[in-house]
Amino acid sequence: MTAPAHIRVLVAKPGLDGHDRGAKVIARALRDAGMDVIYTGLGLTPHMIVEAALQEDVDVVGLSILSGAHMTLLPKVTHALDAAGLGHCVVVAGGIIPSEDAHMLTHTHGVDAVFGPGTTTDEIITFIRTAVAAVRAQRA
Amino acid sequence: MSDEQSRADAIVQGDRRALAQALTTVERGGQSARALLRCIPAGASGRVVGITGAPGAGKSTLTTALAQEFRVRGLTVAIVAVDPSSPITGGSLLGDRIRMYDLAGDSGVFIRSMANRGRYGGIAAATADAATLMAAAGYDVILLETVGAGQSDVAVADVADTILLVEAPGMGDEVQSIKAGLLEIADVIAVSKSDRADAPATFQQLRALVQMQHPSTDAWEVQLCGVSALQKTGIGPLTDALLAHQQWLIQHPYTPRAMHRRKSSLHRAIETQLFESLTQTASWVQAQHILASDRQPDTDALAQMVLAAWRTTP
Ligand SMILES: Nc1nc2c(ncn2[C@@H]2O[C@H](COP(=O)(O)OP(=O)(O)OP(=O)(O)O)[C@@H](O)[C@H]2O)c(=O)[nH]1
Ligand SMILES: [Mg+2]
Repeated sequence: MTAPAHIRVLVAKPGLDGHDRGAKVIARALRDAGMDVIYTGLGLTPHMIVEAALQEDVDVVGLSILSGAHMTLLPKVTHALDAAGLGHCVVVAGGIIPSEDAHMLTHTHGVDAVFGPGTTTDEIITFIRTAVAAVRAQRA
Repeated sequence: MSDEQSRADAIVQGDRRALAQALTTVERGGQSARALLRCIPAGASGRVVGITGAPGAGKSTLTTALAQEFRVRGLTVAIVAVDPSSPITGGSLLGDRIRMYDLAGDSGVFIRSMANRGRYGGIAAATADAATLMAAAGYDVILLETVGAGQSDVAVADVADTILLVEAPGMGDEVQSIKAGLLEIADVIAVSKSDRADAPATFQQLRALVQMQHPSTDAWEVQLCGVSALQKTGIGPLTDALLAHQQWLIQHPYTPRAMHRRKSSLHRAIETQLFESLTQTASWVQAQHILASDRQPDTDALAQMVLAAWRTTP
């Protein structure tokens, strides 16, 4: 009997500006929820993020964006994921993202969820578990 | 053609996605992992360098510098970076990629992070299988970064062809304490962070220790190198030493270490297959129930029960 695979999550903070405190807090919370979290740190380009997601065979790509560049960076990541055949990856973003932008990202750019500053880690964990379970069920 | 066979073919043809998915399969273990591995052709030429040393010794940074040097020399590189997982939640925070930023974007490099799980189907088995897959995918050098502490390092030593021990300067008395364990399995030792002022002292201490070892004449002579992965000094000579050891291995296939590695490989295979077949028995399930309901179960008696039932299973 084989146990269900751990949920694998890539956590990245694209862009070199700012800090990655928030991303680290999330990374630790996801680990404590039993997930394997691949933490890549700062400064990866969308292309590098997708290549890392491919090599690590992750279920989830989590992006922390504080720079305000979410409308350029996030669509680049989701489109590159699709192009690499990784459209099944659940993409979640955290950071300071205005709600109109969040709506646009989730409705037309393939981002599965946007979590604002007030979101609890429990909400994020629940969302990821549910979304990954759905994807796995669909792919099985 | 079976599903496993086509997956194996894709890996051999260099399909990175197929390799990544196969790595997930072997990490989970079980019958599907073995079915896949049976389809992987033997005889790949890639060699495994195990990189071990205390937490924070500079393994990831050095792994990155070495990978760059191998790439300059025209060799492709796959990296398995192992980090500890929480024994309680089973989760893990795998952070070695942070230090490998400079390798991102090079299609001749493949990096995979792995959590160091429990014993069965755990690190030893999964890393050995991961290395097998990466070699089959055609990578010339497979660098295996260990968690840097305890039992798993010895296990990884069983997997690697060449063992590189990374020692940071300023360990003082601790240099003595590694003598018994890690120093004995090391083929090449790197004093890392040699840009630091206390590096020469550590280098001298280690040289004294190394010179006390290996009395026999036909044994590999442990190489000691001072390196700074940050300033990129000493990386060339270290790479030479690692490649020299691999050449030496080709000429000496029946050394005690090589024999030990083969035996370990057999043990691992028996252990995984035996354990797996044990978990298929009804008494295994029964034992799990007892563990969940009895505060102080007699585990020796339980083990005997499980084994007795297993022996009589056709
Ligand atoms: N001065 C100096 N510092 C270094 C060098 N190489 C690594 N470091 C520093 O040492 C620290 C640990 O480096 P890592 O490469 O992450 O060490 P590691 O052994 O992989 O650590 P774990 O995977 O956590 O066990 C980091 O802060 C590095 O910047 C070096 O050549 N010189
Ligand atoms: Mg490391």
